[in-house]
Amino acid sequence: MKTIAIIDYGMSNLSSVVKATKYVAPNSHVIVSSDFNEIDSADKVIFPGQGAAKNCMLSIFEKNLDNVIRKNANEKPFLGICMGMQVLMDFSEENEGVDCLGIIKGSVRKFKNSSNNIKIPHMGWNKIKKNNEHPIWNGIKDESYFYFVHSYLIEPESDANIIGTTEYGGEFCSVISKKNIVAIQGHPEKSSSAGLKFLKNFIEMK
Amino acid sequence: MSVTKRIIPCLDVDNGRVVKGTKFVDIIDAGDPVEVAKKYNDQGADEITFLDITASSSNRKTILNVVENVASQVFIPLTVGGGISSVDDIRLLLNSGADKITINTAAIKNPKLVSDASEAVGSQCIVVAIDAKRKDSSSNNVWEIYTHGGRNATGIDALKWAEEMEKRGAGELLITSMDKDGTKEGFDLELMKEINSKVNIPTIASGGVGTLKDLYEGISIGNADAVLAASIFHFGTYTVQDVKKYLKEKGVNIRTTNE
Repeated sequence: MKTIAIIDYGMSNLSSVVKATKYVAPNSHVIVSSDFNEIDSADKVIFPGQGAAKNCMLSIFEKNLDNVIRKNANEKPFLGICMGMQVLMDFSEENEGVDCLGIIKGSVRKFKNSSNNIKIPHMGWNKIKKNNEHPIWNGIKDESYFYFVHSYLIEPESDANIIGTTEYGGEFCSVISKKNIVAIQGHPEKSSSAGLKFLKNFIEMK
Repeated sequence: MSVTKRIIPCLDVDNGRVVKGTKFVDIIDAGDPVEVAKKYNDQGADEITFLDITASSSNRKTILNVVENVASQVFIPLTVGGGISSVDDIRLLLNSGADKITINTAAIKNPKLVSDASEAVGSQCIVVAIDAKRKDSSSNNVWEIYTHGGRNATGIDALKWAEEMEKRGAGELLITSMDKDGTKEGFDLELMKEINSKVNIPTIASGGVGTLKDLYEGISIGNADAVLAASIFHFGTYTVQDVKKYLKEKGVNIRTTNE
């Protein structure tokens, strides 16, 4: 039986991610953990998160999770969701500037509301346009709707890593991939059938 | 493109069962919350709201089981309201699988609850419900807010209250017109327009939906970001698909589900 570890660093309500993962992977062992060995011995790792960047990074360091995140992000299928995507970058401008994990080159900035009449946070259903082929997109139509709740967005250095984009006061990177890492700004666990398929595709990634 | 306008079926839950009735009269059992929620999810609902109307406080824990069960089977945002009065109540519901919590009477009794709650769990989880009724039923655009499902007047001006709730960290406002609720005459569009001219957070229009055109006008004239309805869905007048098809033809940005 495969084990899927959902990283718990005390920063978010994990119940939805846990429930959706169990739903799409009934034959896997789903654990919620902040223990190095438990996470390290899992077959796949999900890194969710919500809240502010500074507190997230503080919790990650407090629980000594940075090493296990870095190690596992290099070794096995690894899925970042929402804040779990943002802190993979080098730097976030949230909370007057926060150094993040630096696993993917690039930074995190706030939505600009200067020229566009958009409400912040970006909250609700929006389309994800597939930018590149990737196994995570198997059976998911281009421009499927996903549920989003966020005020900051990622700007990766290399466009080559971008596999999905979304329009909100301009186009931004909503799904990124680097080797065995996939990270999404939206919430697949709350995105009905498209989101469940996305999670299932992750579970099936080798 | 922006985020789509949301269609939200609202379910009344009493002692763990979905019930339906008109204005709390002739209430009949309408099924298992998981089955009803699944049905609306399959129809393309963008979110589901549960209103816990369980009268006895000893049975209030049943709503946690309802949320737990629904959240294990239905994967769209779930909003829960009814009798929530503390940050602890909110945390329990979120841990059971709710995504957003609606606060009404408790916010009026203690406005600081909204600040404390949004600080503790994030604004995106906090929806303040406003039950508003026109003052002196004249054409003056003045509304007063009510508590306890519209029974008790508060003397508070609805527009000022909406602004205060935004300042205190509400992530959304659920606005129900007590004049229109149950009438099937359509939303109070003036109320929606006025509140939307005062706040920048998303608003959900509620109370009075009878036809598809009512829903359209809530969005196109009332400027609502989402529309909530109960009876048209429960009594099968329209499905969520009917609503979406109609709104799409009218040019409204709607999430289509054709996977």
